[in-house]
Amino acid sequence: MATAAAHRTAGTRAHDAHDAHDRPDAVHDTAAYEQAFDAAVAADERIEPRDWMPDAYRATLVRQIAQHAHSEIVGMQPEANWITRAPSLRRKAILMAKVQDEAGHGLYLYSAAETLGVGRDELLDKLHSGRQKYSSIFNYPTLTWADVGAIGWLVDGAAITNQVPLCRCSYGPYARAMVRICKEESFHQRQGYELLLALSRGTPEQHAMAQDAVDRWWWPSLMMFGPPDDASQHSAQSMAWKIKRHSNDELRQRFVDICVPQAASLGLTLPDPDLKWNEERGHHDFGPIDWTEFWDVLKGNGPCNEQRLAQRRRAHEEGAWVRRAAAAHAAKHARGTTGPARTTGETGATRA
Amino acid sequence: MTDTDWPLWEVFVRSRRGLSHTHAGSLHAPDAELALRNARDLYTRRGEGVSLWVVPSSAITASSPDEKDPFFEPAADKPYRHPTFYEIPEEVEHL
Repeated sequence: MATAAAHRTAGTRAHDAHDAHDRPDAVHDTAAYEQAFDAAVAADERIEPRDWMPDAYRATLVRQIAQHAHSEIVGMQPEANWITRAPSLRRKAILMAKVQDEAGHGLYLYSAAETLGVGRDELLDKLHSGRQKYSSIFNYPTLTWADVGAIGWLVDGAAITNQVPLCRCSYGPYARAMVRICKEESFHQRQGYELLLALSRGTPEQHAMAQDAVDRWWWPSLMMFGPPDDASQHSAQSMAWKIKRHSNDELRQRFVDICVPQAASLGLTLPDPDLKWNEERGHHDFGPIDWTEFWDVLKGNGPCNEQRLAQRRRAHEEGAWVRRAAAAHAAKHARGTTGPARTTGETGATRA
Repeated sequence: MTDTDWPLWEVFVRSRRGLSHTHAGSLHAPDAELALRNARDLYTRRGEGVSLWVVPSSAITASSPDEKDPFFEPAADKPYRHPTFYEIPEEVEHL
């Protein structure tokens, strides 16, 4: 059976983790490795960190997981914007828990990326210098409290639709990180829905605020699934490698179909006059997406691109003393174990 | 260290591709390579694994059982981290 062959040969790197490419018989090996890799993917096996994998597969995963990790930590900003102004202690505690989760999700994903041989500092540096991207959705501002609800319902809802199939991604560490994340996302989406429902059933002003938030977040949420299939640069190869399981348009359609009845239950409308049930297709038809806006925001011209990146860099710089202090403490502690006299000489800070 | 006073190693087994390594137990061995071989013989005699990790037990820092309550308590009073905390009308699906 194909899977037995995959088991036997896909993981044949030596224990000492030297790359197969370094060995003289590398050329001979590569074809066999490639075959084993293809067989493993075809058989729905997971690829694990020490397995041989094509360079382009590794590079694609690094790009995607890094972008995903960056999105989690940049995504903390628009919501954190409302923590100090949450309307009740309950809502404030919930929002803090959610923003904490986003930080946690970023960390799961950075760890998964690191299994591919990239360093944390390198990834952060690429984010800060604009060489790696984060999801464009976070370049939109959170103008009212209702935006916290709309983000939970629509943005996290779209993220879940995207992420559930990633739990079966061919790369093991990424798939396992996604399992944890999806479990935790459920609360994010529900708190958003509950928040919007409270506003929608509240005063006319509150209802209008909820509707306004949904009006602003609906189209950017649909853009989260990425460009249409025929314009998506990496889609076909990612599907072949089973990194991706469904096309952008397929997932977008699934999301629209889920949201329409949910919006009705909220007592809110979705801002699309062309949105209607298509009996023949068994799906909702929806209006055209403004892809000019999408590409423009991606290029850096969204309402908050500069602000998000500047804040990210500032947070990193302002946290430098904490990292230095932690390193100094660890260094001092390590010296302490070799004898008390050593700890009195220099301060840990000079070493760190 | 006497001839047989070998260090202790913790053994982690990945039962199949796609699953993470989980702790199986421990063993004594003089070095990492022998620990790996012994772990294979001790913990995967019936095909229990496709990958093994051995980690020196001394390299593991564990939380203290005495401090279990205060250590984990901060999560206990935050039911809002769970999806069931939120009241959603019954007819709403996929949420």
